[in-house]
Amino acid sequence: MSATVVTPGEAVQAPEPESSSVNYLNVSHTLRSWLLTGDHKRIAVLYLISVTFFFFLGSIAASLVRIELMSPNGLMMESETYNKMFSAHGIIMIFFFLIPSIPAIFGNFLIPIMIGARDLAFPRLNLASWYMYMIAGVLVLMSFLMGGVESGWTFYTPYSSLTTSQVTLCLIGLFIMGFSSIATGLNFIVTIHKMRAPGMTWDRLPLFVWAHYATSIIIILGTPVVAITLLLVVMERMFDIGVFNPANGGDPVLFQHMFWFYSHPAVYIMVLPGMGVISELISNFSQKRTFGYHMIAYSSLAIALLGFLVWGHHMFVAGQSMYQGVVFSLLSFILAVPSAIKVFNWTATIYKGQVRLQTPMVYALGFLGLFLIGGLTGLYLACLATDVHLTATYFIVAHFHYVMVGGAMVAFLGALHYWWPKMFGRMYPDSWGKMSALLVFVGFNLTFFPQFVMGYMGMPRRYHYYYFAPEFQPYHIASTLGSSVLAVGLILPALYLTWSLKYGKKVGPNPWNARGLEWETASPPITTNFEQIPIVEHEAYDFDHGPIDDTWDEESPIRAHEVKR
Amino acid sequence: MNYDIAPPQASTFAPKVDALFYVISALTAFFTIVVFALVLYFAVKYRKGSKADRSNIVHDSHKIELAWSIPPLVLGLGIFAWGAQVFIEMRTMPKDAIEIFVIGKQWMWHVQHPNGVRENNEIHVPLGKKVKLTMISQDVIHAVYIPAFRAQYQVIPGRYTTLWFEPTKEGKYPLFCNMYCGTQHSEMGGYVYVVKPDEYAQFLARGGDKKKPGAPTSLVERGKELYTKLNCLGCHELNDNVRGPSLHGIAGAKRKLKTGELVAADDDYLREAIIRPEAKIVNGYENTMPQDYKGQLTEEQIRELLEYIKSLTGKSASVAPTPNEGMNP
Repeated sequence: MSATVVTPGEAVQAPEPESSSVNYLNVSHTLRSWLLTGDHKRIAVLYLISVTFFFFLGSIAASLVRIELMSPNGLMMESETYNKMFSAHGIIMIFFFLIPSIPAIFGNFLIPIMIGARDLAFPRLNLASWYMYMIAGVLVLMSFLMGGVESGWTFYTPYSSLTTSQVTLCLIGLFIMGFSSIATGLNFIVTIHKMRAPGMTWDRLPLFVWAHYATSIIIILGTPVVAITLLLVVMERMFDIGVFNPANGGDPVLFQHMFWFYSHPAVYIMVLPGMGVISELISNFSQKRTFGYHMIAYSSLAIALLGFLVWGHHMFVAGQSMYQGVVFSLLSFILAVPSAIKVFNWTATIYKGQVRLQTPMVYALGFLGLFLIGGLTGLYLACLATDVHLTATYFIVAHFHYVMVGGAMVAFLGALHYWWPKMFGRMYPDSWGKMSALLVFVGFNLTFFPQFVMGYMGMPRRYHYYYFAPEFQPYHIASTLGSSVLAVGLILPALYLTWSLKYGKKVGPNPWNARGLEWETASPPITTNFEQIPIVEHEAYDFDHGPIDDTWDEESPIRAHEVKR
Repeated sequence: MNYDIAPPQASTFAPKVDALFYVISALTAFFTIVVFALVLYFAVKYRKGSKADRSNIVHDSHKIELAWSIPPLVLGLGIFAWGAQVFIEMRTMPKDAIEIFVIGKQWMWHVQHPNGVRENNEIHVPLGKKVKLTMISQDVIHAVYIPAFRAQYQVIPGRYTTLWFEPTKEGKYPLFCNMYCGTQHSEMGGYVYVVKPDEYAQFLARGGDKKKPGAPTSLVERGKELYTKLNCLGCHELNDNVRGPSLHGIAGAKRKLKTGELVAADDDYLREAIIRPEAKIVNGYENTMPQDYKGQLTEEQIRELLEYIKSLTGKSASVAPTPNEGMNP
């Protein structure tokens, strides 16, 4: 690594010698002090480690799937193994990476600090949620090791109630995982309502907090439904209760309704926190107040509520009535509006800002590009006639990867690079960060764009062999090659971030000249977050007040409010 | 190797779906490029320290927000209406279609033409004629997906679903199962052959491509054999009697249940009445049906029985479904 790399931390004066000071990381060192901690920041670090571990497992499964698909006849697996592999990929990535990633790590770490509190409302419930996550993870991994799960992450009945693979154990694990989510959501809602610092009105909440508030509402309303649904499948398997089994008078399509009633809103559980991150990044790296703060905040709530009314758009060809299809399609088009507002408002925030193209901002720009494609390709699927042709093909695979990976995962990486110096007090090399952001963006597009074309041509998802339609092979090969670029882009941060823990430059409280209470406390923060509970006097992202950083680059510092009006 | 970027258009739906597809693609490309280009342009133009003009910054404006929300909403609603119109056409089954019966089971497609000709994993259909598939699954959920026709629908156990199309181009097109159904899901496929109507007639006349001895017997004939073999006539006679209602003219008629509910005797009703007779008892009767048809009859046999029952029109006034009906108008 070049020694000439200019890290932002260099530029900012660090007023206190953090090295000698006590913070949440070095306050105690025993394993016990970590495993029994009530500190939301330590729990966030526990989550960071475990979520990263599951992401690594899910990525390995994804890589094996991609390699296997390079040949229409498969390369190394039996169909049964392939099916277990894509099921493992989906289950791990959805339930153990996407759903908990931003809320359980960054929400946990930041919400109390951002609102000026000392911790979440229920610290022990917070720790319990991590234990539930780990128990769930162990059970699900056991189910993979003891024979595997062949039903995909969607567990459609009657297949999931008939298949002999380890579905029961896996579903019990996911049931417990649901409680972990609910505990976190409940904690956030209570904390945001009751523990805001003096002056931190709803109108001054950072948009990250608004996004998590909306997410938490979805979590506590939606998760119980899927928990019950998964439990019904378990009971179906164990006691043959026949709710979903047509042989006993049950209805297999009912499962799809109940499953998507949660799992469509779950898309917003995954992407709303990401949108919250992007709002922070865009505003802080444009050094400018968010354009239309209120619309962005309210659009999160609108998405949370409307998100519950569109589940049927997963079922246009699933035996639901034609009229239901029409209504669900209409609602889905309306739901596109709040997301569009966010994108336009972010763009307007950059306009006339003081843009710093540092690593987190590069991720944020990448998010905008990928989320635009991910969101707009949703229109093909909300539209009834095109959905009939495209549903359950690689078009859908590409679409939701653009939203989930291009959206949620890129936002996760942006968040990781933005708050890393806050969490650990040290900065990574910015040039490496930018390079990884670029590799993720390019590699992602190379991996998933060919899948749109392939899907339009009719390649079904979840296919191991495609020897009777070999015309799809060039697209599969392109996609697999692209995924190797993506893999490099993901391995790099793992290396330089780990490196930075020991060798990175130390940073002061506010290495980005950002606004928000988390930048007014030490990096890393002390266990109680603040020496004294702060009093909030300004709205969020108020760049007319607060610390001024004029030393960021060599050019003359011009700040927005100083320009003549 | 074929480097197509679009599937062949081989049904009347294909150009309609494609027109929508290309219009949405144009909108997607337009908005993605314009917005992302603006984002990058602003990010460079207003980079920290640049001399760009930053006067008159607006932080909040509902007018501007409305101005850029309403046009996309209107475009979206237009796409919705157009898509819904094509969808309604797809999901409204034409009355004059040739009905082909499809059973999905792990992991093959079983197909029967109206005159009883059977095929596995292949469907022959006549060019330029409307074809309706009536589908059911014998085990888990499958989906019939024919990309060249832009036609897809799930095949569900326990209820009939339908799908129709009108082929417009001769050829051999892939048929996929597009609902994950287990280990060999990816091999549950085959081909649809679009042939000229006279070739289709010949295909039916010669009993299909799989030569079997004897001429094909139609679904109705086979249903009649089953009806006799299972001794249905022992209770269901030409006229209603104490043991059971008449089945003549029952198809499509309204049935009054013991619960007082009025239900239409459609395919799903008739199917359920055979394999789960306890589910819906017609007013005035007890459940005396044998209970074991569920295990005995395949979906194919149930369909044959249904086709036979639907052919029974010996009684003209079948609107009175129960002996008591006359007493409570």
